[in-house]
Amino acid sequence: MSEQDSSKQHLPRRGFLQLTLGAVAALMWMPVSALAALWNKAAFEATTQPEAAKGLQVAGETPSSEIDIIAPDFAESGAVVQVEVKSRIANTEAIAILVEKNPTPLIANFIFSGGAEPAVVTRIKMAESSNVQIIVKAGDRYFTAAKMVEVSLSGC
Amino acid sequence: MRDMKMRAQLKAGITEVKALISHPMETGRRKNALDETVPAHFIQLVTATLNGKPVLEAQWGTGVSKNPYLTFYLRDAKVGDKVAITWHDNRGESGSGEIAVTAA
Repeated sequence: MSEQDSSKQHLPRRGFLQLTLGAVAALMWMPVSALAALWNKAAFEATTQPEAAKGLQVAGETPSSEIDIIAPDFAESGAVVQVEVKSRIANTEAIAILVEKNPTPLIANFIFSGGAEPAVVTRIKMAESSNVQIIVKAGDRYFTAAKMVEVSLSGC
Repeated sequence: MRDMKMRAQLKAGITEVKALISHPMETGRRKNALDETVPAHFIQLVTATLNGKPVLEAQWGTGVSKNPYLTFYLRDAKVGDKVAITWHDNRGESGSGEIAVTAA
């Protein structure tokens, strides 16, 4: 609690941007226990979308039309659903992908630096038809967009 | 060491990096043919560098598909620059790959 009071400015950053760039460079030499500490366990093991967002320290995300999500309207198999995300929001630092109805909604959190465009393509598992929600971190603000994907065969 | 396929192509000023990592990405909820739960085994951290400098760091949960696929884009890469990707999973295994940027 006292830490929260003394570092209000920095705490939200730490949840979403949990690693500093120096830590990234040092990853290769880190023992497993240290790596486990870097992984955002609270967010990734959360079983509801609001809890997962809370684990990422997201508060009050604003809907945005400047987040492009390319995902199928209908997926035959939920085991492999390709999702392409691009943020056109200035100063985008990170993009998180969540599937509201998955047993653990948070799929991935991508943190960009050093000349990387704020865009990713990846393939995710979906337990059932659900919104795929994107949360973008830009400075101290969070933005969100979602796309519904109908799934006929569960992939979880 | 698990297999990783990578490609980094420069076109119209942007380098598109694609990676396909060989990994089971077990959620810990799946049952095998003997009705035994298969333990969780999944990549948690992925880091990418351009000429040794960090460009992307990803944290993953169990919801990334088996044999993960990833594309990302770099603004400042030139032909011949080195793009490297390293991953670490929940069992302490890791893997990495490196490739030089080529012109499309």
